[in-house]
Amino acid sequence: MKKRENNIRPKLDTIILKTATNYLLPLLIMFSLFVLIRGHYLSGGGFVGGLIASIAFVLHSFAYNTKRTISLFRFRPLYLIPMGLSLSLFSGLLPFLISKPFMTSIWFLDSVAVIGAFGSALLFDLGVYLVVIGVVLTIIFTISENV
Amino acid sequence: MTTNFILAPIIVHFITAIILLCFWKKVLAQKIISVIGNSIAFILCVKLFELTLTNDYLVLQTGNWKAPFGITFISDTLSAIMVLLTGIVSLAVGIYSTSALNVSRIRFGYFFTFHLLIMGLLGAFLTGDIFNLYVWFEVVIISSFILMTVGGKKMQMEGAIKYVTMNILASSIFLTAIGILYGITGSLNIADIALKIQEVENKGLVTVTSLLFFVGFGIKSAIFPLYFWLPSSYHTTPSAIAAIFGGLLTKMGVYAMIRVFTIIFVPDNFTTILFIVIAVLTMLTGALGTLNKKNIRRILSYLIVCHIGYLIAGVGLYTELAFTAIIFYLIHDVIVKSNMFMITGVIVKIRESVDMTRLGSLLKDYPKFSMLAALVFLSLVGIPPLSGFWPKILLLKESFVQGNYVLLLTLILASFVTLFVIIRMWIEIFWKESPKPLTEEMDHFAPMPKSGKFALIAPIVFLTVVSLFIGFGANSIFKISEKAAYELKHKEIYIDAVMKTNT
Repeated sequence: MKKRENNIRPKLDTIILKTATNYLLPLLIMFSLFVLIRGHYLSGGGFVGGLIASIAFVLHSFAYNTKRTISLFRFRPLYLIPMGLSLSLFSGLLPFLISKPFMTSIWFLDSVAVIGAFGSALLFDLGVYLVVIGVVLTIIFTISENV
Repeated sequence: MTTNFILAPIIVHFITAIILLCFWKKVLAQKIISVIGNSIAFILCVKLFELTLTNDYLVLQTGNWKAPFGITFISDTLSAIMVLLTGIVSLAVGIYSTSALNVSRIRFGYFFTFHLLIMGLLGAFLTGDIFNLYVWFEVVIISSFILMTVGGKKMQMEGAIKYVTMNILASSIFLTAIGILYGITGSLNIADIALKIQEVENKGLVTVTSLLFFVGFGIKSAIFPLYFWLPSSYHTTPSAIAAIFGGLLTKMGVYAMIRVFTIIFVPDNFTTILFIVIAVLTMLTGALGTLNKKNIRRILSYLIVCHIGYLIAGVGLYTELAFTAIIFYLIHDVIVKSNMFMITGVIVKIRESVDMTRLGSLLKDYPKFSMLAALVFLSLVGIPPLSGFWPKILLLKESFVQGNYVLLLTLILASFVTLFVIIRMWIEIFWKESPKPLTEEMDHFAPMPKSGKFALIAPIVFLTVVSLFIGFGANSIFKISEKAAYELKHKEIYIDAVMKTNT
């Protein structure tokens, strides 16, 4: 029994998983964006969306290896954290321009195609989305590099 | 007055933390950015303090939601005092850490975590929402866990486990108390709860909830039966981190306790007696704990516990003058305790030890530094006219007027023990001949570059000047404390400020 468990790892390294991942990765990321946008009134949002997106990358690193997944990024996923944080902070600071209190949500008049009405709350959620991806990937890559 | 400015120091610390993340592992850049961020935040803290004093109240309803529904930020005199103290101490410790900490700690995100910690403290002092207070507490605690464990020596881990366990327990009790309070009143806004809790018929339940808050904040501020995590964890961290922990973290618990027990709850007879009893026991155990210790940092940790007793005693007396005394004491204590821990850091640099029996002849080798340390030591004891004297005399007077002679005796006893311990520390560390021969290699301070020495000594001088100002300008500090105490005792001002400023 134990021997078979040990054999699972090389067996994961199959052509089926690799091919499936090539299609699943963009699908999962699109789904995560869908969850992110739908989160304003329905269940979903930045946190869940971010988790789904990072699962997509984790799946990729299972099918290939961690190095290849990192090479998908132009920069280290660690830098997604400050980007996301500043985006969220920016959405909070935006109402200062029209002298409203911090974090007042602003709705832009024209609605955008596909997304619909667009407000500063979406920027906040997008920030959360990036932070979650950054944190999860940094943790997982750090652990897998050390193993 | 409604203004976005109230959030300025918090946002500056947050931005600094974000920028620091972009410079991960670049030590020099981290130091420079941190000092700049701290300086800007310090200026903003001073400005916020001024604005609050001139306008009485600054209020902000975030997200433009009206008072009981959104999260309120409010700065009254007490909050402004705490914000100013945080600004002063964070600037001093921020500069101090650039030189005192070893490079590996800075590389693994010390400054990033430090700024998040300060942000959490500022948020906790400024928020007017009880659940938001809990969130800020969590920000502070998680940052402090990281600061405590980064470096990862065995002794440090042992201290950190006790610290983490007790603080998680405290948080869960605090959260439970919030849950019950929400169940009773249906609100989380502190001012709104204060209005609604007066109409609650089941007074017993209110008292029980208030005691849950007391236990939760009590663990965080290290009161009598729940204090043991503090002396067994604070001495394991580097001095710069201990300075922030010892100066501000325990005081955050006391601040929350003062806030909750003036605005939300009005303690009944039983609760005030409980406060006094616990204060007496805290002072006694803290004072006795210092007597048989040889490690300077351990002694300081027990002194923190002992002096928390003073603050709790003031809450127990529950008169306006008592509140004036403890707010004054809080101002003095935050500055002096942080300074004491920074001084021990310099002593470690000079002699490689914090064990009193192995130290000595510092006065001969470093006369100027020793005199500086003496000033701080005597401020802590409260030799007139230094800063510790005035709040103690006020507290003694008030407990005499109230006829609480047991408390009076304990206060005097605790002061004498503090005096004894401080004098003994002074003699052992600075005066006596060093028991072992001193060698050049032991002294890590003398070979440091000028800038490094400056970064170590300047913050200590800065905080000493502040505590001298507290001592000699006692009149102005007294007036500010009196104003804060007046506001605490007349909670309708606070409630009106929150409920009526709906933009």
